[in-house]
Formats: sequence, C-alpha cells, structure tokens
Amino acid sequence: MLSLILRRLGIGLITVLAVSIIIFFGTKILPGDAAQIRLGQEATEANVAAMRERLGLDQPVPMQYLNWLGDFMTGDLGTSLASDVPIVNLISDRYKNTVIVSALTALIAVPVSLLLGIMAAMFPGSIYDRILTFVSVSLVAAPEFFTATLLVLIFVFALGWGNAVVVGSIEGKGFFELIAHFALPVTTLGFVIASQLIRMSRAAVLNVMNSPYIEMAILKGVPKKRIIFRHALLNAIGPIVNVIALNLAYLVTGVIVVEIYFGYPGLATLIVQAVQTRDFVLIQGLGMIFCLTYVILMLIADIAAFASNPRLRHPK
Amino acid sequence: MSNPSNTEHFVAPFEEGVAFEELQDAPPRTGYRPSLTGWIGIAVVTFWAVIALAGPWLAPYGENALPFPDAYEEFQVPQAGAPLGTDVADRDILSRIMYGAGRTIGISLAATLLAYTLGVVLGIGAAVSGPKVDMVMSRINDAFLSLPTIMLGLVVVAAIGSSIPVLIATAGLIYATVVFRLARAIGMEIMVMDFVEAAKARGEGRWWIITREIWPNARMPLITDFGLRLIYVILFTSSLSFLGLGVQPPQADWGSMVRENLGALQYGQSIVPVLAPALSIATLTVAINLIVDDVSAHGGGRLSGRM
Repeated sequence: MLSLILRRLGIGLITVLAVSIIIFFGTKILPGDAAQIRLGQEATEANVAAMRERLGLDQPVPMQYLNWLGDFMTGDLGTSLASDVPIVNLISDRYKNTVIVSALTALIAVPVSLLLGIMAAMFPGSIYDRILTFVSVSLVAAPEFFTATLLVLIFVFALGWGNAVVVGSIEGKGFFELIAHFALPVTTLGFVIASQLIRMSRAAVLNVMNSPYIEMAILKGVPKKRIIFRHALLNAIGPIVNVIALNLAYLVTGVIVVEIYFGYPGLATLIVQAVQTRDFVLIQGLGMIFCLTYVILMLIADIAAFASNPRLRHPK
Repeated sequence: MSNPSNTEHFVAPFEEGVAFEELQDAPPRTGYRPSLTGWIGIAVVTFWAVIALAGPWLAPYGENALPFPDAYEEFQVPQAGAPLGTDVADRDILSRIMYGAGRTIGISLAATLLAYTLGVVLGIGAAVSGPKVDMVMSRINDAFLSLPTIMLGLVVVAAIGSSIPVLIATAGLIYATVVFRLARAIGMEIMVMDFVEAAKARGEGRWWIITREIWPNARMPLITDFGLRLIYVILFTSSLSFLGLGVQPPQADWGSMVRENLGALQYGQSIVPVLAPALSIATLTVAINLIVDDVSAHGGGRLSGRM
C-alpha cells in the first residue's frame, strides 16, 4: 500500500516536471526578448546586453530552465515584464481572492451535491431522480457563462437583488455586503461542479449497489436504509473522495471563466491580461500555480481510488 | 434501461429494483430509432445546422451593419427592425448570432474531426504496436492529459497569437489526447479477443487485423464518443473566445459575443445581448447531449455517465 502511494507520488513528481517543461518551453518560443521588453525600445545594445546578463538570459536555455525552476521552488516567481513589479507582489492579493471563492464554493457545493447524489441513488428511476438527472446533464453540457447568465437573469433582473458585477476588494465590508459580493460567483461555480458531483456520486453509490454482496444483503432481508448507509456507503467513500478531488480540479478551470464573467479580482483576470500583453514571465508563474493545483488534486483522486479498491491495490 | 422486461429475472425482492438502471441489457445494435428526447435533440441540432450553413443569407443585416444608423445607442432593447435588440456597438444581435453560428460550429467541428483523425490513428496504432512504442506514446500523452485544457490553450495562444486556424489546431491537438486514450483502450481490449488471436494464428497481416477485426468493433463506441467530444470542444473554443483569446472582434462568434456584451449587465440595462449567444451555445450542446445519450442508451449503456 505505502509503496504504491510512494510510486504514485513519484509519478506525480515526474508529471510536475513535465508540466514545468511544457510551460517553460511553450512560452520560450514567444518572439521577443525579456531584456529588450523590460528596457523598452530606446535602450542601447550595451544596456540590453547587461540586462540579459543580469536576468541570466545569456546562459544556455537548459540552464535558464533549471534556474527558473529553482527560483520557483524557493518562491521567487521573477519580475513581470509588463509592469516591472515582482510577480509575488502582483499575485498575493488576487491569490487570496481566488482561494476564498474556490474554498467557499467547495464548502457549500460538495456536501449539498453529495447528499442530492446519494438520495438520487437511493431512489433510482423516481421522479426526483429523473428531474435531478435531467437538470445535471443539461448543466454539464452548458457553458459556465450560460449558468452565470441564468443566475443573473433570475437574481439581478427578475428579483432585483444587487449588482451583477463584483467590484473592488473584500476589505472593510460588512457581513451582508460580503454575501452580496460572493453570492453570484460562488453560486455559478457551485452549479458547475454540483452537476458533475451529483452524477458521479450517484454513479459511485449505484455501482456499489450492483455488487453481489449487496444482493446478498437484499436477499437476507436487511432494511433498505441499513443497506445504503452501512453496506453501500462505506464502500462508496473511496470512489466519492475520488469524485470530490476530480471536481475540485474542474473548479480550477471553471474559476477562470467565472472570474472574468463577474469581473472578480482574482488570478484569472491576471492571467488573461498576461496572455494579452504577452507577459510570459507572469504566464509561467501563474501557469505553474494553476497546473500544480490541478496535478495535486488529480493525485489525491488517484490515491483515493487506489486506497479504496483492493483490486487496484493488488493487481493480478 | 429501454426495455425493463429483459432484466426482470435479475430483480431481487427489493422496492423499485435498485441498480438495474445502470445494467446493459443488450449488446450494441447498429440500427438507431430515436426516442422523443432523441427527436428533440435532432430537431434543435438540425435547426442550428441550417442556420450555420445559410446564416449569412438569412440574416436581416450584415455582420457589422447597424440596424438604426441614425439613432446610435448601445444595447437597444428588442424592437421592430431588431428582434433581439442591439449589442455594444449597436449592431443587430440576431444577425450576429446567425453569422456566428457558422463560425462557432465550423471551428468546433473542424477541431473535433482533427482530434479524431489524430487520436484514432495514433491510438489504434499504439494498440497494435509493441509494448515499447505504446509505452512511449502513452507517457507523452499522459503528460498533456494531466494539464487543465484551458491552461494549455492559454499557453499556446500566448505563444503564437490567436487566429481561427490556431484555434482549430489547438483544440484539435488538446482533445486528440483524450481520443488517443479512448481509442487505445478500445483497441487494446479488442486485441486480446479470441478472434484477433485466431486471425493472428491464421497469419493475417497487421493491416488486415486493423481494418477487418478492430475497426468494425471499435466503430460504434468511437462514433458515439464523437458527439460527446464535440460538446467539449464547443465549450472549450467558446470559453477561449469568451476570454478574448479565440475568435477576434469584429468577427462574430457566440463565445466572444458574450464577452463583448458583458457591459450590458453592469447597469442592469438589458440581459438579451448576453443571454442570446449564451443560450445559443447551451441549446446546441444540450441538444447534442440528448442525441448522444439516446444513441448510447439504445446501444446498451448510457454514455453520458462518462461526462
């Protein structure tokens, strides 16, 4: 068991290295020279050469990669090309904002959708199950900005509650102001991951319900509630943890569109700006943060799947 | 699922017969008769296909024409002459949706076709090649699969800029990784079947095995998956356009239309400029999903379980 987890961690580490290579060399093929961009058009050749030396751009590319990776691991993300500010300063506030909105979404959406999913698995084929399945299948296939627009239509246009756009930071606001601040982005993201979570947790429980030992329990006359909570759910916990981690990974990408939609001051707005201004030092830093979060969540999902399934733990 | 009487003998004495929902009750069949939801999906997809092909001729105004050139005002409400109102630059929204249909659907379809061509050829190739080739191809594929798709898209767009061919190639390559994995898995599964061993024992060549043994068996699951992949590609390309990194203005595209008109929400002016393109994407993808679900329910298992 332990050796398997260690092996999986090793694979995770290799993945992270591969990711860093893709991001570094992917942005390296950009036209333009970081030293030239930072100094502007009027810089003399000697100045540019000096700057190149200071930034380490005169070294061979593999050396640059190793330096960049080393700096990244010690928390130094470099200096933005567009604004000449250390990237760590640029992202610290926004990082906090993105984490707050994602964590809030996870805290609310995960328990609610697990409950809905398990209830759907308890009454498969019922009206409740059918409606829930229809709604979640439709939401899975619809883009995030459609869900956002529907919510704006209902809450802002029909009910007249507050504003569709998030403005400014969260500092110095009262409790109710904060709720209004986060309500729409969090609800949108909540719907986006809930539609997946409901379907997947329902499938996970139903999958367990298909196994012979449950049929045995049914045949010997164990009450339904007991079957679900004592027999099925305990064995579904592993797959459900897997499902949660997978959906938090979806959250990482969903948050980009939702932040832009509501003008939320998080990392996503920053990365889109970075791409538009071709600030590739910033893209490298932010890309690594997003990808690392994603890879770590996927890793947790994998380990949960391993830990919960003896057949995967002891492959034939 | 479609025919409960087939599973009757399985049902334990348990209220509502738990869990048999998910059981496959028949081997895949090739003839397809749509159910009601299937017909609804087909009707909506046909509608959008017609708009995509004939949009520029059906549209009341040009892509960037002003319906009311004498009274310039952004985000005008729906009225005679502009049934869906006007957008951020006072252009007719209905016309732009009609022009955008062809672009949005065309780009996504081209990208999905590219993803399928690459993914199926390489995936089946990996399945029939030796373990070494397979190992190398799969590891490279896994590295790309382990990245969030939107992030990969952002890096590519940052590196080489945004244009329609770049958008198609990016989406095609990114989703080829998913298709590769599926095609390889299906190919592998078929490769260990007895009839393939029999063919090998008869001394058939690799090409014969691919075309006569693997392809006929891999065809149906791959075709149903195509619909599912098309949905993801539509969502991916319109999300990139929404972020301002896909189709560039003034060209109309549903995703970028949502972005351009976001200002309409700010002061509670009108929601139509944002709702119309978002609803167009949603109806299209949900309709494709209905068809996919219906086809796969007909063939045994519900494919949307994979979403």
